[in-house]
Amino acid sequence: MPELTAELMPVLLALIILVGGVAGAAILTWFERRLLGVWQDRHGPNRLGPFGIGQVLADMIKLLFKDDWVPPFADRLVFIFAPTAIVVAMMMGFAVVPFAPDVMIIDVNIGLLFFLGMTSLAVYSVLLGGLASNNKYALLGGLRSAAQMVSYEVFMGLSLMGVVMMSGSFSLVDIVAAQSDVWFCFSQVLGLIVFVIAGIAESHRLPFDLPEAEHELTAGFHTEYGGMKFAMFMLGEYLGLMLISCMIVTLFFGGWHGPALIGQWLPPLFWFGFKVFIVICFFVLLRAAIPRPRYDQLMSLGWKVMLPITLVNLLVTGAVLLWMEGA
Amino acid sequence: MLSELRTIWEVLKHTFTKAETVQYPEQMPYLSPRYRGRIVLTRDPDGEERCVACNLCAAVCPVDCIALQKGTREDGTWYPEFFRINFSRCIMCGMCEEACPTYAIQLTPDFEMCEYDRQNMVYEKEHLLINGVGKYPDYNFYRVSGMKTATKDKGEARNEASPIDTKSLLP
Repeated sequence: MPELTAELMPVLLALIILVGGVAGAAILTWFERRLLGVWQDRHGPNRLGPFGIGQVLADMIKLLFKDDWVPPFADRLVFIFAPTAIVVAMMMGFAVVPFAPDVMIIDVNIGLLFFLGMTSLAVYSVLLGGLASNNKYALLGGLRSAAQMVSYEVFMGLSLMGVVMMSGSFSLVDIVAAQSDVWFCFSQVLGLIVFVIAGIAESHRLPFDLPEAEHELTAGFHTEYGGMKFAMFMLGEYLGLMLISCMIVTLFFGGWHGPALIGQWLPPLFWFGFKVFIVICFFVLLRAAIPRPRYDQLMSLGWKVMLPITLVNLLVTGAVLLWMEGA
Repeated sequence: MLSELRTIWEVLKHTFTKAETVQYPEQMPYLSPRYRGRIVLTRDPDGEERCVACNLCAAVCPVDCIALQKGTREDGTWYPEFFRINFSRCIMCGMCEEACPTYAIQLTPDFEMCEYDRQNMVYEKEHLLINGVGKYPDYNFYRVSGMKTATKDKGEARNEASPIDTKSLLP
């Protein structure tokens, strides 16, 4: 019987993540609006149900009952395929996230690379959505997202190499285990900063949401989308937000480890969830505070600032590790 | 870069400030007595209609939402036979109130006038007329105007001099 539970555990967890991810993304839309309200001195959606949580249900009903329309000028097959790609890619990314010591779907020795690969796949969704819409705004949005994601991909991966060097493994479980004493957010400050910024750009969240910049490109790559297809894009975006938050916590903030003294008082799963919650709040704060940069500013920030910082971080980390080994 | 960090900090400080929003249906906003809302027709202290159907309000109305018809009572005074305001057009500018020589037409601090049927936005005289004097409790047009009515003759109005016999001024 215990073997059977061990076999079923990942399947059960996968189902929980599937349902929980969709529900979490839905609740996150409401939570984000309430939080933005707090920071902009207003209330946000607070009418339906306790604290306005019924807004989630109302939005869902609205999106479900909307006309599922495909424009006659669009490339039908790709148009329908595009929104699903981002959801699938982001959901797959959750497969390697270690929530707690034994709560994870799979522990692979290339977990980090798997995560990077899955987030890279998400760019296809935005790109194909923009292309298939056959609309100039959507095309511009897709174009921007392609350039933005490809260039931020570079140092998103490189910024994590410091973490990999210090823990000596691509497995996320090993990386979390290596942080049992000191979290990597102290030893890898530059890596953390670059990864957070690249993560926002990767999930095209608000300071870097140039692919959908609404006052230049109406709605960017999803201009022609409506109903459930649009909801899939939104679902993918919020799943991406959660995935990036999970990864930031796993790679830099000690995963399931609690803070030094009070860490033992509460279960590891709580600490993981709590830290993810804080990071999500930080992302919403960025959305509330930072205006969107111009497209060339985004690109020059990426190549002229972020890439050198990443390389310096890589160099210093490697030198320090070698020096400590030699000593 | 520093300004971005400062922005984040300044926005974070707003976690502890109160929301500016007035939760309208539960929490009514304060409207001053001079707020320009729904239009009413008032009566004078004796309970008679103040409106003398002079048509100045209809003439000054920039959106032409006021329509009325003059009628004459047996004592020679004027009154509106019908008085109609189309509130789906009205912009609550208050020019009719300024134009009114008898303080009959007045704007009130009420704005909750939603209707499901557009035709219900057209208010007739019985909807507009109130049993009160509005903002000017003592004013009665016929008491101060020099017009002769059934109750008073020329020169009997408040602060009115006796009529001058123009014939006596002849050389």
